Amino acid sequence: MNELVSLTTQPNILATTSRLTRRDRWDHFLVRVGHRRGEHRVAPGLYGLGRPSPDSAVFVTGNYTLSFDALRSALAGTDAYILVLDTKGVNVWCAAGKGTFGTDELVGRIRLAGLSAVVKHRTLILPQLGAPGVAAHEVKKRTGFRVVYGPVRASDLPDYLRARDATPEMRRVRFTLGDRLVLLPVEVRNRLLPMLIAALVLYFLGGLTAALAGAACILAGALAFPILLPWLPTPNFSTKGFFLGGVVALPFALWAAAGHPDWSWWVRAGHAVEFLLAMPAVTAFVALNFTGATTFTSRTGVKREMSAYIRPMAVTFVTGAALAIVFAFIR
Amino acid sequence: MLDAYRENTLFFNSELCRGCGMCAAVCPHGVFELRDRKAVLVRRRACMECGACQKNCLAGAIAVESGVGCAAAMIHAALRGRKEVSCDCS
Repeated sequence: MNELVSLTTQPNILATTSRLTRRDRWDHFLVRVGHRRGEHRVAPGLYGLGRPSPDSAVFVTGNYTLSFDALRSALAGTDAYILVLDTKGVNVWCAAGKGTFGTDELVGRIRLAGLSAVVKHRTLILPQLGAPGVAAHEVKKRTGFRVVYGPVRASDLPDYLRARDATPEMRRVRFTLGDRLVLLPVEVRNRLLPMLIAALVLYFLGGLTAALAGAACILAGALAFPILLPWLPTPNFSTKGFFLGGVVALPFALWAAAGHPDWSWWVRAGHAVEFLLAMPAVTAFVALNFTGATTFTSRTGVKREMSAYIRPMAVTFVTGAALAIVFAFIR
Repeated sequence: MLDAYRENTLFFNSELCRGCGMCAAVCPHGVFELRDRKAVLVRRRACMECGACQKNCLAGAIAVESGVGCAAAMIHAALRGRKEVSCDCS
């Protein structure tokens, strides 16, 4: 046999390409709408991209299709090896936080793939966001492979490989409007069932306006909040949510205050206050739950925020709901 | 008004620092910079406690109580009476 032996005849190396097919794009679409989120996996192991030689670079990623596909498509035109860790179908950053994209898994995969016999060099390029799970010096000690951290985004890999270094910009995580927009389908999907139930219950209790108010304050948190996040005032998610919920509640409050001229003024005012109390609390709660989807909230910060604002949310919501019940009888 | 994110648990002992620069390389928020072969905390407030710097500091100069900054996970854990907070998103 000559050296140009096909990759597929080597039992421990799987073949892949940098081309994304229509099927891959359909899979990405399903991920983004939250369809079977845990099941977008590739088989862990060592992959050959193009026609890699023993001198080719080795890139490491997780077995989530979005992660694997971002990596291989960014490496178009490069012959390389890709070592896919078993991250249980979870992206690199979250898996690193859980420890599945971790030192032990990496060391185990290097051995399982017989990597030291496949390549002559001893360098692995890891995504920077894998670092919370991997101790580079420990990998070196246990396998002899040196871990270098590449850029945060796979799309920066061509520039990184050219310069052989990451610029400070490549090392930064952002949370751009585009980053936030792709999250919206999943955010809305996760709130859809509670929203429909709330709207239905409110419809029978208080009519169409109450149902609309219920849906509006949940949608404000799930849909408008992620879009508007950097522009909403105050530093905390809860207070931003209270503000946004207040804005959304305003037309409902005005409608209550202006409507029904035959009601006395204090019934109308009380009716308006219901909306202004109950709606912002719901939006604030949904907004607080968005913390985990962002790229910058600390555990300490979220804890402090919860201890400061969960109670005000509960108190304003319950007061608003109680008022609504009381005024329903007065009316 | 309270800014819940102003403080965090990041601790850096520059006397132990050997200047390898790993912390600056792994931090996604530019918290560390390497100056004159020593790491310097330049954006402490931006730390999100992911733990990458601590994990990759071979000198043991960095300590941070890392964990998920996710209210949904904390509420989930509290409701189920679990001490361990882990993200259940996939």
